[in-house]
Amino acid sequence: MDVELLVRIFPEVLLDGIILGFMYALIALGYTMVYGVLEFINFAHSEIFIAGAFVGVEILLGLKSAGLLDALPWPIVLVLVLIAGMAASGLLAVTVERIAYRPLRGAPRLIPLISAIGISFFLQDLIRLVESLWRNAFNLVYPTIDVLNLRFELTQTTDVSVKSLVVIAGALAMLGALHLIVNRTKVGTAIRAVAEDQAAASLMGIDVNRIISLTFLIGGAMGGAAGVLFGVQYGLINPYSGFIPGLKAFTAAVLGGIGNIPGAMLGGLVLGLLEAFAAAYLSLLTGGAFGAEYKDIFAFSVLILILIFRPKGLLGEVVRERA
Amino acid sequence: MIQALLTVGLVALSALAVATFPRSILVFLLFQGSLVFVYRARIPEWLRWSLLAVALLFLMPAIGYFNGYYLEVATQVGIFVALALGLNIVVGLAGLLDLGYVAFFAVGAYSWAIFGSPHANVIFGGSGFPLAGWWFYVFLFVGLGAAAITGILLGLPVLRLHGDYLAIVTLGFGEVIRVLANNLDKPINLTNGPKGITPISRPPTPFGLPYGEYFYFLVLLIVVAVVIVNRRLEDSHIGRAWEAIREDELAARSMGVPLVRMKLMAFACGASFAGVMGVLFSAKQVFINPESFTFLESIGVLAMVILGGMGSIPGAVLGATVVTVLNLQVLKGFSLWLNELKNAGVTVLGYSLADLPTQFEPAKYERMVFGIILVLMMIFRPQGIFPARRRQRELAR
Repeated sequence: MDVELLVRIFPEVLLDGIILGFMYALIALGYTMVYGVLEFINFAHSEIFIAGAFVGVEILLGLKSAGLLDALPWPIVLVLVLIAGMAASGLLAVTVERIAYRPLRGAPRLIPLISAIGISFFLQDLIRLVESLWRNAFNLVYPTIDVLNLRFELTQTTDVSVKSLVVIAGALAMLGALHLIVNRTKVGTAIRAVAEDQAAASLMGIDVNRIISLTFLIGGAMGGAAGVLFGVQYGLINPYSGFIPGLKAFTAAVLGGIGNIPGAMLGGLVLGLLEAFAAAYLSLLTGGAFGAEYKDIFAFSVLILILIFRPKGLLGEVVRERA
Repeated sequence: MIQALLTVGLVALSALAVATFPRSILVFLLFQGSLVFVYRARIPEWLRWSLLAVALLFLMPAIGYFNGYYLEVATQVGIFVALALGLNIVVGLAGLLDLGYVAFFAVGAYSWAIFGSPHANVIFGGSGFPLAGWWFYVFLFVGLGAAAITGILLGLPVLRLHGDYLAIVTLGFGEVIRVLANNLDKPINLTNGPKGITPISRPPTPFGLPYGEYFYFLVLLIVVAVVIVNRRLEDSHIGRAWEAIREDELAARSMGVPLVRMKLMAFACGASFAGVMGVLFSAKQVFINPESFTFLESIGVLAMVILGGMGSIPGAVLGATVVTVLNLQVLKGFSLWLNELKNAGVTVLGYSLADLPTQFEPAKYERMVFGIILVLMMIFRPQGIFPARRRQRELAR
């Protein structure tokens, strides 16, 4: 075993893990907020996430063909794209809730879940349909902005690109803003009240339906931001590429304790780091017998083990059984 | 009486029409519709069953003689009927939402694919493989057993989970099986990775039947067996125990239903049907690779069960037929038709169809079909098209 190599790639793997972790954390928030309020897995959240990435790429491609991509300063472009992606995903999430989940509230537990799976599949092909008709292609590449690809040298062997820093900064800003909204504003108090006890909250004069819509809006917007950052970081997107990150983000939410907002952030980071290290080191440690392909299995095993041995997650409260 | 004449006439007419226009999809759909009509019509039982038997045993192979593709469609429908009936036990009767069902299908398929092809020589060395064709019949049972054991292995760790958590874990399990099939070409080459395994032997056929007809009849035989097993299970104490668990686990346990044993049995029973069909599928296709066992397939089978009605046997049969036909015929037919119109340079409302983007292929929108089915059924008719009797009462609120 090449110990020197293991040590040398460590900082790079750590950085990859952190980026991946923040991405998962942002997506996981959508799952965890909805679960906290409705005790329901919003299976379509992975498509809400990738829809944000598609809106982002469309705007960037539009700016590019208008010749504005290099003319405008890049921070403005990025903020614009982020806001558009967040708005689109947030509204999509609210629409989905209105159409496919609200009529099923109070039905046996599996029924809204099956509806959510249906919406997830429907949205995948809807994105494909729209992009096929509009652009005659549904595998899209994010246009590059030169500044984002500049690299800083951290140590002799490690360097970090501007876009990685932007992704980390963007994710941190989102998480911070969410934390403030949920804990410091009146709306946040209402969200927490509805999550605690819907009936009591409505007796206190809280419009429960509005708060649930708002929860979907915020969760969706976080997913949309994650989508744009995903596109900026990894470049290639297609309508089906949200599914696996979505599943992993759900794993992250469970890992951190579903329904728990700081838990989702922690779970995302832990899972991202675990996965990055598994992907990088598995093949080195087993002499090439098991490679990075197994990182998905690794993430799902984490999910299964957590659910069996510690269903409340790292930070979670005890999950109540709904009759 | 009128209905009896009508049904006989309809079946005969539609069969004749298929023979006359062997290329028309609409006519074949009419033939399938006539069978549903026979099933629902108010006619004497003996007439109903003899009509169905004649249609499935004689008319369908005859239609296959005119257009082999229809026989292929019918065989596929049969395979999915068996899968839907298997999933129906797990989801419909026992109420355990399994999103990784196709994994058991894969276990069955790979069990015969490995031993029924020269690939086993790579694993065990020597040149003793493939096994002779008649081993296929043995492997129908090996596949059944292997899938049932896999079902129990999955069931054991997840027994403590409920509802949506169980669903997500089975989804993960399905993905794990697929990733394993994709990557177990090293360190030991078990599955040959994404390249898949080929050629897989087929059994010798009796009476010199062509393979198309042979697999059709074999699938039909298995489906009949599966339906009988399902019906017997449904009204047995096991079936009632499953439904009790579905309705209220706590109450079922208090009434002395052995939860662990019954849940494992549901997983094993459901899985075993998929295992048998997997063995048959690998022999029919001659080639298999992990692409046939994706999450999409699991959801497809789920859509069949949901469309027909959870817990309902005729529902599962109808759901499997409708969804398979939608995918294999309606979507593809629409694609072909659109292409013909394109090539003919037809314009609709001043828009030339030739300008349609090339990436727009209606045949590829299976997911949208599944999605629409799932959402609409959940919102408007959660009990399905042919609701199970007990379920119907429960959902009548």
